[in-house]
Amino acid sequence: MTRPQLRLIVAAVVACFIAAPFVLNPFSITLLNYIGIYALAAIGLALLTGVGGIVSFGQAAFVGVAAYSTAWVTALNGYSPWLGLVLAVALTCSIAAILGFVTLRLQGHFLSLSTVAWGLAIAFLFGNIEGLGEHNGISGIPPISIGPVALAESWQIYFLIWAIVGAVLLVCYNLLDSRVGRAMRALRGGNTLVESLGISAFQIRLLTFVIAAFFGALSGWLYAHLGRFVSPGPFDASMGIEYLMMAMVGGAGSVLGGVVGAAIVTLLKNSVQDYLPLIAKGASGQLEIVAFSALFILFLQRARQGIVPFVAGFLPDLKSSRPEPAAPLPRREQPAPGTPLLKVSSAQRRFGGLVAVNNVSFEVRSGEILGLIGPNGAGKTTMFNLLTGALRANSGEIKFAGRSITHDPQFRIARSGISRTFQHVKLRPRMTLLDNVLLGTYSRTRTGLLAGALNLNQAEEASARYEALRQLERVGLGEKPFELAGNLPLGNQRVLEIARALAADPTLLVLDEPAAGLRRQEKLKLAELLRSLRADHLTILLVEHDMEFVMSLVDRIVVLDFGSKLCEGGPAAIRSDARVQEAYLGGVA
Amino acid sequence: MTADIAAILAIDGIATGAVYALVAIGTVLIFTVTRVIFIPFGDIAAFTALTLAALDARQLPGTVGLVVVLACMACAMEVSTLARAGELRAVPKAVLGYLVLPLIAVGIVWLAMRLYPPMPVRIVLALLLILPVAPLLDRIVFRPIADASVLLLLTVSVALHFALVGLGLLFFGPEGVRTEPLTSLAMEIAGVHVPGQTVLILVAALVFSGLLFLFFDFTLLGKALRATAFNRTGARLMGIRPARAGIIAYLLGSLMAGVSGILIAPVNTIFYDSGFLLGLKAFVGAIIGGMTSYPGAALGAFGVGLLESFASFQSSTLKDVIVFSLLIPVLLWRSLASQHSEEEVEE
Repeated sequence: MTRPQLRLIVAAVVACFIAAPFVLNPFSITLLNYIGIYALAAIGLALLTGVGGIVSFGQAAFVGVAAYSTAWVTALNGYSPWLGLVLAVALTCSIAAILGFVTLRLQGHFLSLSTVAWGLAIAFLFGNIEGLGEHNGISGIPPISIGPVALAESWQIYFLIWAIVGAVLLVCYNLLDSRVGRAMRALRGGNTLVESLGISAFQIRLLTFVIAAFFGALSGWLYAHLGRFVSPGPFDASMGIEYLMMAMVGGAGSVLGGVVGAAIVTLLKNSVQDYLPLIAKGASGQLEIVAFSALFILFLQRARQGIVPFVAGFLPDLKSSRPEPAAPLPRREQPAPGTPLLKVSSAQRRFGGLVAVNNVSFEVRSGEILGLIGPNGAGKTTMFNLLTGALRANSGEIKFAGRSITHDPQFRIARSGISRTFQHVKLRPRMTLLDNVLLGTYSRTRTGLLAGALNLNQAEEASARYEALRQLERVGLGEKPFELAGNLPLGNQRVLEIARALAADPTLLVLDEPAAGLRRQEKLKLAELLRSLRADHLTILLVEHDMEFVMSLVDRIVVLDFGSKLCEGGPAAIRSDARVQEAYLGGVA
Repeated sequence: MTADIAAILAIDGIATGAVYALVAIGTVLIFTVTRVIFIPFGDIAAFTALTLAALDARQLPGTVGLVVVLACMACAMEVSTLARAGELRAVPKAVLGYLVLPLIAVGIVWLAMRLYPPMPVRIVLALLLILPVAPLLDRIVFRPIADASVLLLLTVSVALHFALVGLGLLFFGPEGVRTEPLTSLAMEIAGVHVPGQTVLILVAALVFSGLLFLFFDFTLLGKALRATAFNRTGARLMGIRPARAGIIAYLLGSLMAGVSGILIAPVNTIFYDSGFLLGLKAFVGAIIGGMTSYPGAALGAFGVGLLESFASFQSSTLKDVIVFSLLIPVLLWRSLASQHSEEEVEE
């Protein structure tokens, strides 16, 4: 499928939506209105849960905060619904920002549990605040007016609701294809990956959280002015899980899934309400929630992926064109060859009583390949983690390009010019090769959230895409930039990681056991690639097990044993050093 | 607030906390053995209270229908799984475990209630009837996704809770119940009136957590359970079946939840949906204890009980808001205190 074909399909769908109120009966229009409103909240959740990997049970509470805000402004104080929108968005986003700031450092299920907690707390508040009508709610909410026209009829507000849904979808797709959106999509790969790209994971999570709340706020505002009445019921914990169900059924990884999920759940609910009384008279209310929960559980057991990704699997892929040459991204100033680039002075790291790295000092000079080797348990990985900021040193200092990075967080170290790869490859398997490498350009580009969402970033995006393609070509993966990273064999995945690291234009490339698990041919190709990088004046630090690989490649070697530095020198000197032989072979052979 | 009021609130809080503690211990037990955060334990507690009330009123409890339906479903699933795996020889055992045993429990209750036995026997009958529910739910809901992430299991668990609330309304109806007090005795401690029921709750909580402790430390089965909690793969290599360990954990957890339901029923009116808040508050206690420590969970639950008691004196309508808001700082403290290497990565 090509872009123009896609545009044609989208235009046809939009035309159908515009024609709908003239064809359908009023009941169907009302149903569509509710689908649109639920879809907004579900789209927010699809971003948060599917893209960002944060399972939230609290979305209904955000919708509620917005609905009550606008109800308070309009019904109780008599101001315009547009002022209600301002307060609804401002209050919801502020609450989300505060809650997010407090809770988003939590990990995994702790984070989801916290959403249950504040979701419940907020839902209880609605029913217990005197000024908000307690359990009776607030009635008499006026309709939204555009100019002199009050959108009192179902078909009138229909256009507003679906225009907003359409705009939100467009903004989301733009966003996800931009610099910030790619960072969001990387979140599920884990903090270490995200931070190693120079991205503050916390900041991106907070941003995602507030965006999800913002869409929830739009939903709540429309809800209040469509039903003209708010009460605590529609914003309680069971609605929170219903939104989650919509997002997951539609396909949590996809924004369109929010709309599809909202439609399916709402229509299903409607038909359940129609048919259940036929099966069990008088018990339909109870059975409804049972039927829903059961369906949801069945869905989670059988088809976690969701409907949209499932259907998309049968559709032809969208053809993307290779990035055209564009203005190059700004480059870092490379230090003069031979000058000290990284200086580790008496670094020490303890784990309880175990001293994993003890008083280690060495330096990496610009333009060289330095190998860090040692037998199992020598402290190589710990040293590596100290350099990249994944762990903090207990004492000692690490200086990079003349500046101390001992206490910097990972993302700041990455931004200062150290790019890394991982021993266990960390890629986003469901993103294309090009997108994976584009992640590497994050710290070299500027496009913010709004510019990305409104597609105002064309020039920089083109430069970044061309840069990513160039790095893919540099490592020999330029053939199929739109292949999914997960489809590559392990050897190429490692090479792809190197391309991603190169896209950040590093001054120092640190590789964690790059040859592990590679076949001989792949190792030779990797060594060839690293040599060509050195020829381009890049400095490389290599932590490696494979002696043959190291000896044939590096300029100098630092040997660690039992957490301390044993010796350093050229490959030949190290090979004939008695202490090294003893450490590896247990005595002179 | 005078010292007298504070004392009364404290006693009240300790009693509530003891009830939460029983459920919290069950929650920790299930979490460590199966990694499922079993939100529906509160529902199990509420259903036990409703069952006992029905037995008191000489009615057939709704639990009977619930157990029969669940047993049929679980049995059908187990048999079809076995049939697909070609292990037809295991079918009779599966039918025995998932269908006959629960039906025997139902049968005993059905026969015994005609005699209208005295209160202690009715309590045992109520517990007997509630015990199969959680293991059957485990078979139907969690076994097919036993290797999923904690997060997915949690989502399923929350959904299951809502299904149970609906089933509760269907089987027990909307009326609330309050059972007869187990004792009408009362005593004075340092000038403060202490109801016998409070003492009973405390004693029961201590006895049952003590029994659990003995079970874990002094029986082979208990040790097997602890091994499973520590390392599923390792336990499997030692010949312990995680599925069976799960069943035992669910039985024990249900027993704790059931006892808490019976203890709270004379003090609070219990509705079909009362379990949610009970379960969640117990769960807050379990989280304070870090989800892995039994004494920690019990202490946390007592803390929640006390907080709730004092909060309801300040503002009865906002006590739940206060309790759940408290969870956020606790989670923060917990998350910072525990070292996570790297979160689970899912695709």
